[in-house]
Amino acid sequence: MEIINGFLDEWGEYIWEAIIQTFQMVSISLIISIVIGLPLGVLLVLTRPGKSLENKYLFGFLNVVINIIRSIPFIILLFFILPFTKLIVGTTIGVLGVIVPLVVFTAPYIARLMENSLLEVDRGVLEAYEAMGIKTKDIIWNVMVREARPSIVLGLTIATIGLIGATAMAGLVGAGGLGDLAYRFGHLRYEPTVMYVTVGILIILVQGLQSIGNVVAARLKKD
Amino acid sequence: MIKISNLSKTFQAKKGTIEALRDVSLEVKKGEIFGVIGYSGAGKSTLIRSVNLLEKPTSGTVSIDGTDITSLSKGELLKARRKIGMIFQGFNLLKTATVYDNIAIPLKLTGVPKEEIDERVNRYLNIVGLADKVDAYPAQLSGGQKQRVAIARALAHEPEVLLSDEATSALDPDTTDAILDLLLKINQELGITILLITHEMHVIQRICDGVAVMENGEIVEQGTTLDVFTSPKHLTTQKFVNSIFNHQLSNDLIDTLRNTGEIISLKFIDHSSQEPALAVVAKKFDVYPNILSGNITQLKSQPFGSLLVHFKGEENEVQKAIHYLQNQGIQTDEVIKHGNNKRIS
Ligand SMILES: Nc1ncnc2c1ncn2[C@@H]1O[C@H](COP(=O)(O)OP(=O)(O)O)[C@@H](O)[C@H]1O
Ligand SMILES: [Mg+2]
Repeated sequence: MEIINGFLDEWGEYIWEAIIQTFQMVSISLIISIVIGLPLGVLLVLTRPGKSLENKYLFGFLNVVINIIRSIPFIILLFFILPFTKLIVGTTIGVLGVIVPLVVFTAPYIARLMENSLLEVDRGVLEAYEAMGIKTKDIIWNVMVREARPSIVLGLTIATIGLIGATAMAGLVGAGGLGDLAYRFGHLRYEPTVMYVTVGILIILVQGLQSIGNVVAARLKKD
Repeated sequence: MIKISNLSKTFQAKKGTIEALRDVSLEVKKGEIFGVIGYSGAGKSTLIRSVNLLEKPTSGTVSIDGTDITSLSKGELLKARRKIGMIFQGFNLLKTATVYDNIAIPLKLTGVPKEEIDERVNRYLNIVGLADKVDAYPAQLSGGQKQRVAIARALAHEPEVLLSDEATSALDPDTTDAILDLLLKINQELGITILLITHEMHVIQRICDGVAVMENGEIVEQGTTLDVFTSPKHLTTQKFVNSIFNHQLSNDLIDTLRNTGEIISLKFIDHSSQEPALAVVAKKFDVYPNILSGNITQLKSQPFGSLLVHFKGEENEVQKAIHYLQNQGIQTDEVIKHGNNKRIS
């Protein structure tokens, strides 16, 4: 007990601050990535050959861009798009400076995951709604996205976990977070306990997220 | 009500072009149940999907209640589709929504006022007999119940026409009959015109007033169900009609029988007032009719029978007997002649 108290006295504040930073980075970039990624996923589904907004060029373009971004490791992307980050948010450091690369990293990933989920939706249901004289935009939201919800939730869980992993490198631009804490104190200053505790927190975080994702998906799924 | 004129549809596939529909014309009258039957790949789905333009025909027109729907603008087509209900082999319900929502969501999306939605959902769930399943999810329902929900969903838009793309093909025989009875009830009580496609003659027999037989994208025969059943002209039609009367004879039996007479298939509309033709034949001519297999089935309008009869006797006596039967309005087909071996499939 005393050991724990002692540890918390010394490190509690740092750890708490790191948790908050991670939480901020993950939640802000996740929301922005969903706002960009979900429509992109819808677009990928609708513009493919044989679908209602079939467009070879747009589909091909989106595909290539997403594949290119997805093939760059985050740590390289982080530096590669520094000028772009500066242009968008006016800074390249701190939480704000890391949001842009996190979004650039995650949005295409979410687009792919959404594409996958939406493609699983039974074509017949979409057709039944088309036959009832319902507008394409209403079909997208009320049928496609609705029916894909369980799978979308699982996809977002995966994306969020990936995002947590990416934030570990945010320390490189001074944004802090749990990954940074483990690296700076655990590795550089050789405080193994800090490293273990941080890794423990990360494990609990990822496990918890996955469990929540599974439960929510199961709730939404009615078969 | 539905008038399909010179409809053609060509698909561009990897292997080349597929002519799914070739110059198809047919007319479904108001208040009628009309069936299109054909084997898989005949073009039936392409045809019925052209009626609400899920499939855009290459040429030809479809008019519903006098409106050529192939010439409508996008917005007009949306409105026109709301008056054309459609049900499918795979039910096509939202898995993630309750029975209530499955019917209510499309109503909401087509601008039906809130108070009316509730009323319509309840009314049509009652009609299809599923009022107690209002909060169930599709996964908790049987195939027949899912199709009932799909029918209620279609009816809730109060359409004038209902299209059915193999709606009973995924169901067991009893459930099939229950759904067919429901379609009949809808047709009679709500006056909805029904166009259905199927590969089962049973469906045609039970509820259709008119029928068209499709093969290779063409209609090879069409007429009233009664006419098509009693005198099928095209080989495919004959196969479909025979599929209902499953006359199977063993080769041994055929070998024995053909030495002593002929096997004739008789088809007749049942008039129970009529004199018993086979008994009369036995008395009038020197033949011994022996019924090998028989079946009387109920067409929508009247009973219709088919018998497979062995006529034992001299060839000329048998011929006279057949002539007599033909004069009585019975359709006869020689299945196996004296010493010959020609079989129906
Ligand atoms: N979207 C499509 N693309 C290419 N070929 C198609 C398409 N839809 C149907 N076909 C072809 O058209 C023919 C008729 O199909 P269909 O109308 O589904 O027949 P049925 O419903 O009678 O089984 C088949 O040869 C089928 O392969
Ligand atoms: Mg079909």
